Amino acid sequence: MMIDYPLVWAGLIGFAVLAYVLLDGFDLGIALIYPWLGGEAEQDIAMNSVAPVWDGNETWLVLGGGGLFAVFPLAYSIIMPALYAPLIAMLLGLILRGVAFEFRWRTVRGKFVWNWAFTIGSLVASLCQGIMLGTLVQGIAVEGRAYAGGWWDWFTPFSLACGVAMVVGYVLLGATWLVLKTEGDLQAFARRVAWYAGIGTLALIGIVSLWTPMLQPEYMQRWFGWPALLYVAPVPLLVLAAATSMFLGLRRGYDAQPFIAANALFILCYIGLVISFYPYIVPPSVSIWQAAGPDSSLKFLLVGAVVLIPIIVVYTAHAYWVFRGKVDPAVGYH
Amino acid sequence: MDWANAIDLARFQFAFTITFHFLLPAFSIGLASYLAVLEGLWLLTGRSIYLDTFKFWLKIFAVAFGMGVVSGLVMSYQFGTNWSVFSDKTGPVLGPLMGYEVLSAFFLEAGFLGVMLFGMKKVGKRLHFLATLLVAVGTAFSAFWILSVNSWMQTPVGYTFNDVGQFVPDDWWAIVFNPSFPYRFVHTVLAAYLTTAFIVGAVGAWHLLRDNQNAIARLMFSMAMWMAVTVAPIQILAGDMHGLNTLEHQPAKIAAMEGHFETHAGAPLILFGFPDQAAGEVHYALEIPKLGSLILTHEMDGEVKGLEEWPREDWPAVAIVFWSFRVMLAMGFAMLGLGLVSLFLRWRGALFDRPWMLRIAVLMGPSGLLAVVAGWIVTEMGRQPYTVYGLLRTADSVSPLAAPAVAGSLLAFIVVYFFVFGAGIFYLLRMMGKTPVSGDHGPDAMLPVRAAAMALAPAASQRPNPVGGKGDL
Ligand code: HDD
Ligand code: HEM
Ligand code: HEM
Repeated sequence: MMIDYPLVWAGLIGFAVLAYVLLDGFDLGIALIYPWLGGEAEQDIAMNSVAPVWDGNETWLVLGGGGLFAVFPLAYSIIMPALYAPLIAMLLGLILRGVAFEFRWRTVRGKFVWNWAFTIGSLVASLCQGIMLGTLVQGIAVEGRAYAGGWWDWFTPFSLACGVAMVVGYVLLGATWLVLKTEGDLQAFARRVAWYAGIGTLALIGIVSLWTPMLQPEYMQRWFGWPALLYVAPVPLLVLAAATSMFLGLRRGYDAQPFIAANALFILCYIGLVISFYPYIVPPSVSIWQAAGPDSSLKFLLVGAVVLIPIIVVYTAHAYWVFRGKVDPAVGYH
Repeated sequence: MDWANAIDLARFQFAFTITFHFLLPAFSIGLASYLAVLEGLWLLTGRSIYLDTFKFWLKIFAVAFGMGVVSGLVMSYQFGTNWSVFSDKTGPVLGPLMGYEVLSAFFLEAGFLGVMLFGMKKVGKRLHFLATLLVAVGTAFSAFWILSVNSWMQTPVGYTFNDVGQFVPDDWWAIVFNPSFPYRFVHTVLAAYLTTAFIVGAVGAWHLLRDNQNAIARLMFSMAMWMAVTVAPIQILAGDMHGLNTLEHQPAKIAAMEGHFETHAGAPLILFGFPDQAAGEVHYALEIPKLGSLILTHEMDGEVKGLEEWPREDWPAVAIVFWSFRVMLAMGFAMLGLGLVSLFLRWRGALFDRPWMLRIAVLMGPSGLLAVVAGWIVTEMGRQPYTVYGLLRTADSVSPLAAPAVAGSLLAFIVVYFFVFGAGIFYLLRMMGKTPVSGDHGPDAMLPVRAAAMALAPAASQRPNPVGGKGDL
């Protein structure tokens, strides 16, 4: 049997990006509500709920980028210059907030600086991630084997809307994570934030979903053509189901359900994206197979990926298991 | 703005960001191993001094590692943003190697770092030691793969071209273990160990100057000096072999390092001088006759090629390569010298008692970092004007860039890096400057340390949390 390596790899990279969005999503989200938490004690708890795992979370982003370079070099070399400004802003944002985890413990007088670096860095990173996604969705100009657009092509109302949606969505993930990991006042506050962020997220999902098909005729065909409509209809329906479950969970005071449902929302949106994108990796012109490197490269890395990714998943899960349960403010690990 | 400007800016941006990045792994590769050794010794002997030292460096490691991670993240996207043509062409060969780095190294480090920093109370001694070990192994894997990438760019083999002009892998074994890789790997990992040893040594010496009975400072200093005296000579040997390998594959680079513009039989060794690229000669050269040939060819009258053998547009920037090389050598021999002095003092039983020695050790703290950066400048500038040696020119590797965009991002990098890494270095130095105290938390670190931490809090009251982020494990 012939294995379609590019397709397998598109799936794996898709998985890495999704894993990144879900995992880093909640730790970026925490930073976004961080300044409004009640005082330093609560901020410490919030931070410590992610401190042992954030580095691992971010590594999925490295896998997304590194993987693209490895197996879809053409896509990598077109997309990166196209996203130049938001990408670099995102990296700088991630630097600021990444170092804040350590630096804020190393100073008393300067602590507020790193608290803000944590929040502002995360805000910039989240916004830029949304903008980059929007830029990809709206399509990238390509000529030959290179990016052919300008330096500001990413700056459109649609991409900005995606940026805002990403920020609000991450707030939702962060807030529901805190509902899961904390107790008392902090948890009550997180519940309220989750409630509003949930409403905002749903509204923005609606806006972006209706806007997307207008951008490219092909997307329109995917979503509203007949009989395609039949196949894709479950996606919006499931979104509604997930949202309902999330709000119910919040209302009834469950700890885990809102977080799980919020993640389900993200996964569904992601599936929606895949439906729009397939089979392109740089819409609207470069397909998965055009962008892929030679099979020999894909095969070589796949051998390792098949063995290593399951191992990674296991020990990552183990790390989460070690730090399971509520963050205990008294013992803590700080 | 013209095209060349965008290239120069992109080059400068790459050099700037990679230099910052590499300073941190150079330190943390060595420190991760040092921590594993300390924790291993603690488990083996049960002596709490090892644990105390471990804890002292663990906090420092956490900060340095965090900075290494975020600056590395930048690197993995820079290939695409600024060197997109390079990425498209070399992706099929270099991409999978970097992919392996992510899968085998980065995840390993990141996955166990949390347990290593925060988890001792949660997972127990043995599993915690395993986590420390795996983090150390992860850093070594990281060096393995990325150096394989870099070495392939220096000495490309095992590839063919496809019809769109990409390098396509032909023999993976040959690619991964390309001719310069074994040398570069050994030399760089040893460099990381030396870098760490000299920083640890400087910190130990600093505290010994204040209190030469401090047992932890003694331990640090003594261990560091053992490293210096054993690893520095090996490093010099490895460097020599690395150089011979470079002579075989990149003779123009060697010519620039040595300052040889003309081809000689019986070439001199130029110790110092001022290379003048335009004139093609070295002014005020201080040289030892024949020694150059002797070192490079192991014959008095062996022929050593000068840069005149290559067209001028293929020359690297000679003066920079020449001087950086000498900086590295100077550091190498200075390290060896300090190591030998320490051996002598140890034999006299006075290792901790000579203030002049301790002061020199403090001064030499950054010597490893300096050598490492200088060495990389030799390697990378000496490879110019190619990104893939002899095959792909730097000028043909760059993204279709607009100079203002690169200038803007470069400026942003400079501002953020100086702010963030400036603060980071300040915190690192402050942590290093804090007197290491023994028995911070009593002999049994496995108990929840709330009580101990509270008891200590007034004493170290500059901060509500005396042990900072993770002092109590
Ligand atoms: C603590 C750090 C350190 C020390 C003491 C030395 N080096 Fe080094 N050197 C490095 C750290 C380093 C490095 C940063 O790790 C480099 C850059 C790339 C590489 O492979 O290693 C390097 C590169 C490098 C190269 C360039 C190879 C190439 O580009 O192909 C040569 C020829 C040497 N070294 C030789 C030496 C010699 C003869 C030394 C003896 C005094 C020496 N180095 C000491
Ligand atoms: C091992 C991983 C490394 C890789 C894959 C790598 C790759 C590259 C690439 C693609 C460039 C830009 C193109 C060029 O100008 O040649 C470059 C330039 C450069 N790199 Fe590296 N590099 C690595 C490590 C380092 C380190 C650790 C340092 C310094 C501490 C360094 C210093 C430089 C310098 C100074 C330049 C500019 C050279 C010039 O443009 O004249 N590199 N490198
Ligand atoms: C252009 C070249 C390079 C790229 C693209 C790169 C990329 C990265 C990335 C993405 C990370 C973060 C990993 C994480 O998320 O945990 C990282 C960290 C690291 N890199 Fe690099 N790197 C480069 C050069 C080097 C070199 C030359 C070395 C050593 C020889 C090295 C060793 C490490 C190590 C040990 C870490 C772990 C963090 C630390 O120790 O501070 N890297 N690098």
